[in-house]
Parts: sequence; C-alpha cells; structure tokens
Amino acid sequence: MKAQLEKVKAEALEAIAKAESAQDLENVRVSYLGKKSPLTAVLKNMGSLTPEERPVMGALGNSVREAITNALEEAKKEIGKKELAKKLEKETIDVTLPAKKCSCGKLHPLTSIQREMEEIFLGMGFSIAEGPEVETDYYNFTALNTPEFHPARDVQDTFYITDKVLLRSQTSTTQVHAMEENKPPIRVISPGRVYRSDAVDATHSPMFHQCEGLVIDKGITMSDLKGTLLLFAKQMFGEKTEIRFRPHHFPFTEPSCEVDVSCFVCGGSGCSVCKGEGWIEILGAGMVHPNVLRMSGIDPEVYSGFAFGMGIERIVMTKFGISDMRLLYENDVRFLSQF
Amino acid sequence: MKLSMNWLKDYVKEDFDPKAYSDKLTMTGSKVEGYECPADEIKNVVVGKLITVEKHPDSDHLLICMVDIGAEEPVQIVTGAQNVKPGELVPAALHDSYLPGGVHIKAGKLRGVPSNGMLCSLGELGLDKHDFPYAEEDGIFLLQEDCKPGDDICKVLGLDDVTVEFEITSNRPDCLSMIGLARETAASFDTDVTIPTPVVKETDNGKTINDYISVEVLDSKLCPRYTARVVENVKIEPSPKWLRSRLRACGIRPINNIVDITNYVCLEYGQPMHAFDASFLGGSKIVVRHAEKDEKITTLDSIERQLSEEMLVIADADKAVAVAGVMGGENSEINDNTKTIVFESANFNGPSVRLTAKAIGLRTEASGRYEKGLDPENTLGAIERACELIELLGAGEVVKGIIDVYPEKPAKNAIPFDADKINAFLGTDVAEEEMKAIFKKLEIELVDGVLYPPSYRADLECMQDIAEEVIRIHGYDLIPTTNFKAEALVGRRNAKQNSLKLIDELLTGEGYYEVQTFSFISPKYYDNICMPADSPLRKSVVISKPLGEDTSIMRTTAVPRVLEVLATNRRYRNKNARIYENAKVYITKEGEDQPDERMSTVIAAYGDVDFYDMKGVCENILDLLGIKGYDFVPNTEAPAFHPGRCASVVSRDGQRLIVFGQLHPTVQENYGLDIESYVIVCDTELMMTMQNFDKHYKALPKFPSSERDLAFVCDKALTSGEIKKAIKKYGGKLLESVEVFDIFEDEEKVGVGKKSMAYNLVLRSPEKTLSVEECDKAVAKILKGLEFDLGITLRG
Repeated sequence: MKAQLEKVKAEALEAIAKAESAQDLENVRVSYLGKKSPLTAVLKNMGSLTPEERPVMGALGNSVREAITNALEEAKKEIGKKELAKKLEKETIDVTLPAKKCSCGKLHPLTSIQREMEEIFLGMGFSIAEGPEVETDYYNFTALNTPEFHPARDVQDTFYITDKVLLRSQTSTTQVHAMEENKPPIRVISPGRVYRSDAVDATHSPMFHQCEGLVIDKGITMSDLKGTLLLFAKQMFGEKTEIRFRPHHFPFTEPSCEVDVSCFVCGGSGCSVCKGEGWIEILGAGMVHPNVLRMSGIDPEVYSGFAFGMGIERIVMTKFGISDMRLLYENDVRFLSQF
Repeated sequence: MKLSMNWLKDYVKEDFDPKAYSDKLTMTGSKVEGYECPADEIKNVVVGKLITVEKHPDSDHLLICMVDIGAEEPVQIVTGAQNVKPGELVPAALHDSYLPGGVHIKAGKLRGVPSNGMLCSLGELGLDKHDFPYAEEDGIFLLQEDCKPGDDICKVLGLDDVTVEFEITSNRPDCLSMIGLARETAASFDTDVTIPTPVVKETDNGKTINDYISVEVLDSKLCPRYTARVVENVKIEPSPKWLRSRLRACGIRPINNIVDITNYVCLEYGQPMHAFDASFLGGSKIVVRHAEKDEKITTLDSIERQLSEEMLVIADADKAVAVAGVMGGENSEINDNTKTIVFESANFNGPSVRLTAKAIGLRTEASGRYEKGLDPENTLGAIERACELIELLGAGEVVKGIIDVYPEKPAKNAIPFDADKINAFLGTDVAEEEMKAIFKKLEIELVDGVLYPPSYRADLECMQDIAEEVIRIHGYDLIPTTNFKAEALVGRRNAKQNSLKLIDELLTGEGYYEVQTFSFISPKYYDNICMPADSPLRKSVVISKPLGEDTSIMRTTAVPRVLEVLATNRRYRNKNARIYENAKVYITKEGEDQPDERMSTVIAAYGDVDFYDMKGVCENILDLLGIKGYDFVPNTEAPAFHPGRCASVVSRDGQRLIVFGQLHPTVQENYGLDIESYVIVCDTELMMTMQNFDKHYKALPKFPSSERDLAFVCDKALTSGEIKKAIKKYGGKLLESVEVFDIFEDEEKVGVGKKSMAYNLVLRSPEKTLSVEECDKAVAKILKGLEFDLGITLRG
C-alpha cells in the first residue's frame, strides 16, 4: 500500500509539472484528489489494514494528499503568473502613438507673467490697484510733478482725446489715485495697459503693459526700495539674481534710478540676451518726489515712499526669448500654446 | 549729446579708457549710450608721396603710381583717378588695410599690373567736402596737411578722436555741453576741471557797440537776459581743421567760420547762439517783443511761419528777424558778403519756447535746449568765447562793448543741510565730511548749514535732490538692501480681480486660449460686425491724432478684435481655435470726456465646437460666479449672430448678461471665416455685481429616487425650454430634475410640422421612498398641466 501511495504521489507530481494551464491543473486535481482518484481508492482500502498499520498509512495518505495539494497550489500560482504575463504581452500597445489630450487652453504669456508678479507682491502684503486708461492729464502728468510745458511730457508721445483727457502713457497714474483714496501705509502694485504713439514694429507697440508699484509709510528709505526689488528679482528670475541701480531721472521720483537684473540666461558673464553686458534693464524706480506726495495730500515731512514701474512686454520677451513684439498681439494659438 | 575725448582734454587733463570712462559716467548719472572712434574703422592707411605717375600699358584710364610711404622701398599702386601728380601727398591704403564700412584692401593686379593697395578719396575715408573744403570730391584726396610720408592718416586728419554718446535726462540741460560734461567727469573721477575764461581783445576803431545797435527787451519774463556783441570786417571762410574736427566728432557738419563758431560755442557752453547780418537790421535796433497778430516770418529753412501773439520774436525796427529761441529768419541771415554781424546770446523762458516750437511745428537744437530751462548766467561767457574765437580765427574785428540786458538775477535756491536726514532718507551711512566733499566737487556752496547750488543747477531744489547728488557720487551700488519695517497688511485681490482670475482658470481649463488685443479699433470695425448705424455703441472715445485709422477710437465692444484673431488663426490653417479675452470696453458717457471702462469677456471658437458647447461654457461661467436665476432666451435680433442660433442669458430682473451663438454668415464673410464660428459676449462687469460666493451645504438624499421617461408630440416651434418650464411648474416638490434626452422629427411617424420630445424625470422625496402610486400621481398632474398650458399630450 505504501508503494501504491508513493506511486500515486510520483505520478501526480509529474502530471502537475507537465500541466500548462489552469485547466490542466484542474484535470490533475480531479484525477488525483477527486472521488474517483487512485488516492481515494487506495485510502478506501484502509479497512483491510491492521490497527497498527492504519494510523501509519493514514498519516502517509494525508501527507501524499498534502504534497499533491501544495504542489497544485504552487503550480497554480506559477501558471497564473505565466498566463498573466501572456495576457499582458497580448495587450501591448504602441506607446509612441499621439496622446489623447483634454485640450487645455493657456493664459496669454503677458497675463501669466503679470500673475507671477502679482503673486510675488501679494505675498509681501501689496494690494492690486487699478485706474482708468482714459485718464486726465492731471493724473498722467501734473500730479506726477510734470506740469504743463515740462519737457518730460515730450519724452512719451501721448495720445490725446481732448486737451485735458488722454490715454495714460504710464501706470504711474494709479500712484496718485492710490494716494488720494487711501491713507498711509500704502502698499500697492498696479498692472495694466498703457499707450504711446509709437508705430508697431518688432520692439514697439502703441499699446503695451506696465506694472507699477508704490509703498508709502513712515521711514521708508531708498535701501528699502533696493531690498524690495532684490526680493522681487530673486523670485521672478531666480535665487542667484542680483540687481544694479543706475542713476536716472524721472520727474516723479527723487532720487531716481534705472534697475538692471543680472542676466538670467548667462548669470552675468555676457550673452546674446544681455548683449554681452551681463545686465538686463527691467525697470525704473525711485523715492516718491515730495511734490507728488504733497499734491496727493501726503505730508513729505512725515511720510516717505518709493515707486517703481516695469514693462511687462520686455520681461516676457527676454524671459521667453521672443524677439518680435507683434507675436504677442497676433495671438496665433500655435504661439500661445507654447507658454 | 556727443562728447569728443580730445576736446575734453581742454578742461580735464587726464587720459581715460573709453570703456572705463563710459561705465563710470553712467554710474554717476550721465548715461553713456555708446562710444566710437572713427580710427577704429581705418587701419593701415598712411600718408603717401607720389614719386612717379605713369600710364598703364593696357588701359587708357588707369595710372601706375610709385608711392613713398616712409619705408625703405616705395610701393606700386594702380589708381583710376586722374588728379594724381608726382609730388602730391595722398592717403594710401596699404596691403591688408581697412576703410570705413568694413572695406578690406589687399594687394592684387589691375589689368596685369601689380597694385599693392589703394589711393583714397575723401568719401573712401568716410569724409566729405565739409570736413576738408579744399579737397576734390571726385578724385584722390590731395592732402594739404602738415604731414610726411608714412604718417598715420587718422592722426593727420584728426580722426583719432573718441566720441562718447550720452543720453542726457531732461533735468540736466547743463550736461548738453562740453563744459557741463567736463564738470561731471571731474566730479566722477575726483579730479580737477579748468574752465578757461575767454579773453576778448576788441578792436580800437573809436566806436562802441552802441554806435551799431541798441537792444530793447519788452518782456523780461520771457527773455530774462539778452546779451549782444558786434563784429565787423567779417571774413566768411572755412574754419580751421581743429575746429572742423571737433564739430565733426560731436556730429555737427562744418559750414563756415561764423556758423561754426556759434555751433562750437553752443556745444562748449550749452548756450545757443545766433548771428544776424547787421546790415539787415532795420533801424539798427533789436527789439525782443511778442509777435503781432497775423505776423509772419520766413525762417532759415525757407518756410513761412504764421506767428501768434503769445510767441516771442526778435525784431528790428519794423519786422521780426527771428523766432526767439527757435530759429533765425531768412531776412537777416549771414551770407558770403556779410561785413558786420550781431551775435546774440540770450536766455528765453523754457515753457514759452516749447509752446512756440510746438505751435509752429519746428523743433530745433536751440529750442530743445531752451525748453529744458537754461542758466541765464551762461550768456555772457558764451558770447565772450564766441568773440575770442572770432579773434583767434581772424574771422573779423570785435567792436568794443557788450550790450547785456539782464534786469533781474534769479535768486539762488537755498536748501538746509542735514546729513542725518539725508542718510535716514537713503538708508545709508555716508559720513558728513564725505557729503561736504561731494558738494565741493559739484560746486554746491555750503554756508552756515545752508546749501546753495550753482546757477547751472536749477534742478536742485530740495533735500531729496541733494540726497540724489550725494548718493550718485558716493555710488548707487553702495546703497544697502534692507526690508522695510512696516505694519502687516493683507495682500489680496479684490472681489472683481478674483473673479477675473477664476474666469481665466475656467476658460483655460475648458480649452480656451487667452488672447490680448489692442483696445483701439477703426470705426469701420463696427460695420464688420453689422452694428446698426444708430447703435449707441457707435459713440466711441476718439483719439485726436491717431497713428492710423485702425487705432483711432477706443472700442465699445471687443468682438471685432477677437474675431480678427479668430480669422488670423483660420488663415494660418489652425484646425481648431478656441480663444477668449477679458477685455475692457470704453462706453462713452453723455457730457463727460472720460468713458465708463467696463470689463467684458468675449469668447470665440471654430472647429470642434457647436452651439451647445458654447451654451455649456455660459452655464459654467454663471455657475462659477454663483449667479442663480437666469433664463436662456432665443435672440433673433442680435445683428452679428445667426438669427436662429443665438440666445441671450437674461437675469430674473431682466438684465441681459450674455449674448452668444453662431456668427451671422455675413459677419463670418466679413472676416474671411469659411467655417461656422461661435461667439459668446459676456457683460462681465454686470455679472460681477451679481456674483455670489456664499455656499451652503444641502443634505444628501437619504431615500432613493424614481425615474420616469415621457415622450410628447408637439409643434416644431415649441422650445424645449418652454416644455421644461411647464413640467417644473406642475412637478411640485417631488420633481427633483428634468432633462430632455431625445428629439426627433418624422413626418410619417409624428406628423407634419411636429416633433417628438422625450424627457427624463427624477422624482424623490426627502422623507421616504416613493411608492409607484405616488409617482404615477405626480406624473399625472404634470401631464394634465402640460395639456392645459401647452396643449401637448403623451406620444401614443
């Protein structure tokens, strides 16, 4: 009987090893462990054994059953793996075929850069101020210390509507509105459209965008201006960015400066973007002129402040390497999808 | 302003490297645009002496020259010019030399004869007859300079100068002069500057200036100072080379000695000068007066100018002879026969000159200077310098005496000095002693704690101006960086700014690209979108001097510009385009010059979109802004739209929030759009007044719903919206939602002029699971209502 059991075990294990599919295994299970299997048949004959032999053979029978069962389980797992692998192989697709996209649109590059600026200044506690684009010459010039007949009025070729009404040539107009409408401390930026009578070409447009900034409080210094702009530049152009102040003149700030950032392409060593200078001019700034404060009802003996203004087109163009401003207003979706 | 480095040496005795000089001056506030040296373009060109000149054996116009170039051996150069003779000194471009414009000269053969370079004409050296009046223009430049063979031509011709170009800001007219820039140079490099005082010998002919001319100033506010000198026995001739070279370096063309002297002094002192031919001054007098009504003058450029009474003119006894500070008149212009001249060196009121120049449409070098406000103290030095040059050049005899009408010296600005205040303002720590040293360099006097800027620095008026002077000389790069100490403020977008950002996010998420278009348009653009002739939107803000018609008025609708973009994309063969602009429109207000600037959102698309996609976008925007209670109403009257495929979104209080639909075929054609295009126009400004972001939780349903599908046959004209409205009206509390899910028309099955509409109804009670009977009852009520209101019944 023992020999019979060993034989059944050996045959069963061989059959299992030969099995190639889940079905084969099921057939092995039925034929070796089922009711009509040789094992069952052998164990049915237990009655013919002596009481001493019975537990020995019983144990042996069980171990054979167990061995077959275990082997079946193992084989099942193996075959399952193989079958899954086969299935996966069959399901292979060409991953280089084009993607199916949920077609998202994008913000215009001018808006996306403007938003980036807004986020930086919002984080520093600035609000976003607005003002009209069709403006009076008082806000565009007079209140900015540029009285009538001042030669600086010619620097910007302004579009006039009437003698006193014009299209604002700078977002600095919002400085005055902000100072008239709020008491210090004032901390605002003001992005928006401005207009100058420049014919359209690769670097000029009669309409473009600026972003103005204004801080008024007690004890505001020129070093605060430099600190604020450095903070801004590092966030806008990268942690390694440095800034440089150069003296300049604006009627509404004193002292005034032009501000360069170290070239974010070459890092300052000189390249085609910075024209070999290592610096890129991005904005004008200065301490708000006491006449401007006074005209807007703020006492320059008590308060001081700084203002700055930058051209958004210029930043967009240098940052993205766009050489022709007209692309920004043509709005070809193939262009817009790149940003 | 162009500065000659050679000229600068008259005042500052130092050699500067052009790059280091430019960087330094830029950092102290005189921005350098660039610098150039004509000699950089000319290399290996020397003075050559012609030894022999022989005919070329194989050419009847070429000549073979043996040229002494100061080397051991002469060189052979072939030339085509016919004015060469043995013994002449000429510019010789040797083998491997360079000429202006990047011309590279190499040895070669001309008709078989070796030529080791080229003899040069004026033009080939980048010069013209004004630079060297004695030279022939169409031949080799025969040199009459003091030079010998082998000398570098640049040195000989005075081309070895470096020109530095400055961008001078409007507050510093004093820096539009060599002397002004010399002062800045000295202050920047902490070195000495010497401004020579001109010395005039005067002629002793027993007469004084008063025997020649009198000067009367009738408006000393517009002409605070008028200084005049007389020169007689004038000889008009070319100026000497040194003077011509200097003018040339500064970008001024030499004309003749008198004109050159006025230009030279203007460059040196920054004081415009004028010379009258005394013989044309009627009554031997100069009157500075206002123009008379309808007075005219023909200026030096031969154009007749109409003057008006607020303008200031220089006149003689009976006529205007110059427009003050702008340009002289043709009637008193000096000419080759001029014998006696009157020099004018005057100070005119800046705004007045600016206004006059603008009004007569004539901006000149002089007016550009005057309008910035010049220093009246400067007129005397300038006129003395001019007369000194007259004597130096032997151009005439200076008559004894000066007429100087200067009734009131302007008061000097006085600014209290407080070093601590300046440091506190700048955030710096500049020592008081350093500040004082800076003031000294800038000739700002400090007396008893009060600062008195020099007369040429009228721009220095207050502490902030002084602070700038301190820091620009101390160094802008030495300003520390600090963070302002201030109370915390909340930095956030306001409700409107926030909504616009949300709309951006929604629309870009839905596949729309944001565009930016010009705010100005042409009035014709309104025709393109078929705007009715009497539409109030045709009243636009008009730009008085536009660049062109397409940018001549401010838009009252952004539709034309957005359609233009759509058309551009179609023209570029982009298969699909979905675009939008959050666009300001400028709506005129009765009786006011400034318009109402309103935000609108225009969305446009072609390609894989249809009417219902656009409707979905509208619903999403309304939902985004939390606007509830609106209806979609067919709009057959919007002229830009297909009358059968256009709808308005109307709020419950009757305000039109949105108009959208398919573009009218005519409008489509106007833009060359050969594909069905769709547009949504949102009155975003209005919608933002209705926005509501309050959110309240509504309990999720506890009990299951029951659904019923109902199909009706109705007239074609009946809209789905009307049926839905009626179903809702009769559905009561149990009706949770109703949506149409099938529409079909079939003359045989549903009849002519009819359609079948199928609706899915969801019924639910918050309190229990509805029984079949309860649902049937609710549906029966709806059916009854529909029959009563609309006369429609269930499809059999």
